[in-house]
Amino acid sequence: MAEVEDQDGEQGQGSVYRVAGTINIARAATTQREIDALPDPLTIDLSDINRMDTVGAWIVYRTVRDRGAKVIGASRDEVSLLKQVGEFDVPTRVVPDEPHDFVSVLRELGQWIAQSGGTLVGLLGFLGATLIGFANVIRRPKRFRLNAVVQRFDVVGVRALGIIGLMSFLIGVVIAQQGSVQLAQFGAEVYTINLIGRITVRELGTLMTAIMVAGRSGSAFAAQIGTMKITEEIDAMRTIGVSPVEALVIPRMIAAVLMMPLLAFWAMLMALLGGGVFVWLSLGIPPLTYIQRLQDVIPPTDLWVGLIKAPVFGFIIALAGCFQGMLVQGNSEEVGSRTTTAVVQSIFLVIVLDAVFAVFFSNIGWI
Amino acid sequence: MIPPGEVPPGCQPVITVHGLKNSFGEQVVHEDLDLTVCRGEILGVVGGSGTGKSVLLRSIIGLQTPDEGEIEVLGENMVGRSEDEAKNIRRRWGILFQNGALFSTLTVAENVEVPIREYFPFIKPPLLDEIASYKIAMGGLPPDAGPKYPSELSGGMVKRAGLARALALDPELLFLDEPTSGLDPIAAAAFDQLVRGLKERLGLTVFLITHDLDTLHAVCDRIAVLADKKVIGVGTIPELLALDHPWIQEYFNGPRGRAAEASYEGATA
Repeated sequence: MAEVEDQDGEQGQGSVYRVAGTINIARAATTQREIDALPDPLTIDLSDINRMDTVGAWIVYRTVRDRGAKVIGASRDEVSLLKQVGEFDVPTRVVPDEPHDFVSVLRELGQWIAQSGGTLVGLLGFLGATLIGFANVIRRPKRFRLNAVVQRFDVVGVRALGIIGLMSFLIGVVIAQQGSVQLAQFGAEVYTINLIGRITVRELGTLMTAIMVAGRSGSAFAAQIGTMKITEEIDAMRTIGVSPVEALVIPRMIAAVLMMPLLAFWAMLMALLGGGVFVWLSLGIPPLTYIQRLQDVIPPTDLWVGLIKAPVFGFIIALAGCFQGMLVQGNSEEVGSRTTTAVVQSIFLVIVLDAVFAVFFSNIGWI
Repeated sequence: MIPPGEVPPGCQPVITVHGLKNSFGEQVVHEDLDLTVCRGEILGVVGGSGTGKSVLLRSIIGLQTPDEGEIEVLGENMVGRSEDEAKNIRRRWGILFQNGALFSTLTVAENVEVPIREYFPFIKPPLLDEIASYKIAMGGLPPDAGPKYPSELSGGMVKRAGLARALALDPELLFLDEPTSGLDPIAAAAFDQLVRGLKERLGLTVFLITHDLDTLHAVCDRIAVLADKKVIGVGTIPELLALDHPWIQEYFNGPRGRAAEASYEGATA
């Protein structure tokens, strides 16, 4: 639609940009390109325009501003529109300035360290607040929220039975299958039972349960408490005189600490069941023999190793979940990122602690 | 006053709603609802809580499929159309949601650029950034708001940023859902003036849902009242008061209605 005239006339070098019809956002890129291609001094002829929107006006305006172009043939409406967009000529940046140099890398590193230190101190503070909450509840047992705790038992424990049972059963099957394949090379297939019994009871039952509980309940703790922070429910609780630690954190802590050993025991049983089913069907070892062998090869200390770790893991998971939930502030996006952090932190801490426990129990002779 | 279903004389309809029915399960929100919005007017929509003002807006802009009825926006039928067809209309309107609905991972300026990038990918910086800048200024924000993230803005600034994004494509039609709710009276009055000024400058048609009596007095050309599952009347405040409906009487003649009227008359006198 644009008609471009190169004028080699009276004023010497120069060009006229004449547009017919519309000059609007839909034609903005074309219009700008056409104008850019023309040499100075430029004259823009608007006499054949019948519709111009603010983007069109802006293009004309910036050409006048940057290149000193002359506008002719503008109607009164067009002149007023040009004036209006000129009034809004206050340049703004699109993204915040972020210098990428050595100093900024150092600054970011410093900020990260300070933040990590702050989080650690915050975690200590939160642990202290939780312990004080426990002390308050013990001193005044009336403030203990039995209903909330029982409800958490249901959510954290009972409703996890299905998924944890299935997961453990499958893990038992996998260990038995992989173990029997390897041990068969030595003609020692019968030792598959030793493998299943010791690894599930001592390590995997508790560890896998902890990972599942972290993903299932630790994340839920962070998300629930975080959402309550954003909707100001926690503030409302405080002003009413209800302690959020007592009402929200302690029931979740108790539930996680008490449910973890039970779930871990359940996971051990299901893994042994899965392994038993495999050795029965695949290696032809009858269930009764399987159970007798298990009794022979699993020392009672293995069960203790598995079960002592469980409440500690539960505590870590609940602590990380509730702490990250309490840290949420600002927008809903943070609920998501804090929930992720809670799960990652709790699984990481669980595995670190598991290593510590492994060394500890070996050293005290529970081999 | 003419009934809500009829087109007033000299009116070029931009939105036409006819026989609209909306229900959620058992609960019927709208039944046989008629409404016409004319080009170049600011139509205020009022009604008690739960009368379906937001549902009406969502039906008109196609976020909610009505059970029955016809909805026409800018001459195009809105019910049962495909996504591709709807795109052409979406380009011609701007919507300010109640809580701003800014994209939280983008800065204000990037938020304004989103619709432009979507529909006109050939517009590149620096032109694109300049367009975003003047839209932000048009929305009444200071220039330092451009590189800020929505979480760093106050409530009033979020609304202005939302308005700037709604204006990004030079819309013919602007939907505002409770634009002054949650703002202090000074900010609300400034926002009213902003909307009025933009309407006059850009020749916009505005569909405005509000609870704010001051906004109704200061900004709206006509007011539609939602009650009893339909629009019971459309007109200026005196025309509506001529209707003998208890909700209208209570709304405009209640203590707050009178105060708003008095202050508005005082200001214009």
